[in-house]
Amino acid sequence: MVLKAEPFVVNLGPVHPSTHGVFRLRATLDGEVVVNIEPVIGYLHRGIEKLAEGRTYTQNIPFTDRLDYLASMSNNLAYCLAVEKLAGITVPERGDYLRVIMAELQRLASHLIAVGAFLNDCGAFMTPILYMLREREKILDHFEMVSGQRLTYAYMRIGGVSQDIPEEFLPALGKFVAGMPGYIDEYDGLIKENEIFLARTKGVGILPKDLAINISASGPVLRASGVKWDIRKADPYSVYDRFEFDIPTGTAGDCYDRYRVRVEEMRQSVRILQQAMAQIPKGKVRTEIPLTFRPPVGEAYGHVEAPKGELGFYLVSDGSIAPYRFHCRAPSLINLTALRDMMIGWKVADAIIIFGSIDICMGEVDR
Amino acid sequence: MEVTEKSGFYVYSDVELDKNEGIQIEALKTASQNSIPDPDRWLDEETQRNILLTSLDAILNWARRSSLWPVVCFPACCAFELIATAASRFDISRFGMEVIRASPRQADVMITAGTLTWKMAPNVRRIYEQMAEPKWVIAMGACAISGGTFAQSYSVVPGYNRIIPVDVYIPGCPPRPEALLHGIRMLHNKIAKQSIKQEAGK
Amino acid sequence: MTVALSGKEIAARLAKQFPGSIIEATGNTILVKADSLPEVAAFLKNAPDLSFDYLVSLTAVDYWDYFEVVYRLTSIPRNHSLVLKVRCQGRANLHLPSVTGLWRGADFQEREVYDLFGIAFDGHPNMKRIFMWEGFQGHPLRRDYL
Repeated sequence: MVLKAEPFVVNLGPVHPSTHGVFRLRATLDGEVVVNIEPVIGYLHRGIEKLAEGRTYTQNIPFTDRLDYLASMSNNLAYCLAVEKLAGITVPERGDYLRVIMAELQRLASHLIAVGAFLNDCGAFMTPILYMLREREKILDHFEMVSGQRLTYAYMRIGGVSQDIPEEFLPALGKFVAGMPGYIDEYDGLIKENEIFLARTKGVGILPKDLAINISASGPVLRASGVKWDIRKADPYSVYDRFEFDIPTGTAGDCYDRYRVRVEEMRQSVRILQQAMAQIPKGKVRTEIPLTFRPPVGEAYGHVEAPKGELGFYLVSDGSIAPYRFHCRAPSLINLTALRDMMIGWKVADAIIIFGSIDICMGEVDR
Repeated sequence: MEVTEKSGFYVYSDVELDKNEGIQIEALKTASQNSIPDPDRWLDEETQRNILLTSLDAILNWARRSSLWPVVCFPACCAFELIATAASRFDISRFGMEVIRASPRQADVMITAGTLTWKMAPNVRRIYEQMAEPKWVIAMGACAISGGTFAQSYSVVPGYNRIIPVDVYIPGCPPRPEALLHGIRMLHNKIAKQSIKQEAGK
Repeated sequence: MTVALSGKEIAARLAKQFPGSIIEATGNTILVKADSLPEVAAFLKNAPDLSFDYLVSLTAVDYWDYFEVVYRLTSIPRNHSLVLKVRCQGRANLHLPSVTGLWRGADFQEREVYDLFGIAFDGHPNMKRIFMWEGFQGHPLRRDYL
């Protein structure tokens, strides 16, 4: 029997438990099936790009913390790389290693939240995310040890990092890194072969390979569609060319693959951390540069593989102490472009899962 | 009971299984003709022992502050310190607050975790208006107090108190979970001093 | 390592293919005339030895006399990159052709440029404000917006 019903419009958000922030989805439904969606964003548009034009290069580092607040270290790194490219500043080797250690720890922390929140959306309510927040707290303890902050670190500086690590840091990190694979197995074992989870995520929200490239998707979303593209390998920055690690990719491009890619990336991050800890040299952590400096006229684009995708900063200098233009290439915003293609035709309950599998951070979407 | 031998091991027949179940049911039925005694004389004694004299204000405020349910209003960064506070390490449920409600109609307190933009302001105002009285607001973080680092921006509301009345301000960018818990305790103290007479006169 | 292609070489090829389309080429960058943007972009995407299939980012810069829209292109199979720039003279009623037909990743980014700089992209399926609300006065990322 076919019931005829008028399509109707449902607003999901901007305040909704499953929208990971102030994201709003204006969905047109036919019964339970999504026939059209329009993402409405801008509820957290803070005008960071405009504000940054009025501050010096060093003063802008705290702004980058607040872009993707789940991966502040990665944002710091991308911005500092861009400024260093613009002004021709080099970083001491130890500083580079510390940056890699922090960026990989941050990737672990961000993926823990991404996977936990995704499982929350799938209906594994609260249990997985509480397990994952437990490990995230341990990572935050390490960040607190080096920067004194839990969420917005501003640890990286132009020319290195703000200060050397305390001597307890590396032993504590060694202990954490030794335990982490076991914890990842624990979460993965809980969920990996769960019938309900497989039924709800396998084959749901497929993003084909061609489309993923065409919409400029990046990060786990791109790799889950089978594209082996990771900035750490494709265009190595810092000292990433010295480490051995794999790029996990998916095949189907569905929600399950995006989950798998994130979990596998966490294991690769642990590998990088082990190598970085073994190789870290002694020495200076920062090139001494004045707090206020004038880079030459020109422009630079620095990019990193942030947990959510390719995060880039495009800076234009007019020779003054502040950037003339400060642009952030936000992976979360661009990954959302595919939302329409992925969601249409699925039920509302699946739409929530598809949205959760992209892993966005509203601070970065709206900036 | 008899058993039949079939291909090396014993198998009960259906008839025998049914018979056996029937015997069990009959036995239970025979043994359960009288109800199990449940003396309820103790109820009266307990009630007599439990009468407590207190003022209406004290008991009402105690009840209100012991289960403050927060509403979902997590625009930005501070949300993750709030979630960390709600998680097992800091454990907000010690204060009866672990039930973070998606519906404002079931919530008592709004913890405004993050920057408020003018585009978001009507929604926050609506959430506040949908919350049932009595209701309280905790402004968490620099952005919620004054706009913080984004105060000069063209799209940021300089403080939630332009939109809704705020009871407790917690500084920090973002405040640590300990600071949030301290703010919650301050709100408890504030609630403890309220009086039902004031509410009536309001 | 992503190879930054020389703008001059590409520009020489493009000048042969589309005469008069290139204004200048420096380093990794080519500056293209606004009218010839669609065919140049299509050529860069479809030429087998270039195959710029990935639009990394799209943004604009306000230089007072003109706006410069910056397209950052990368080829995933060949791992090389190029920067395409287009200028938009004046400050009112600005228009550029949209590239969403080639790279759908430009969708939100063109809307962002429209919202914050006021450059409308013709041919975009949904050209409206993305961050600010309807009725907001001005375009915040312009240098003269205070």
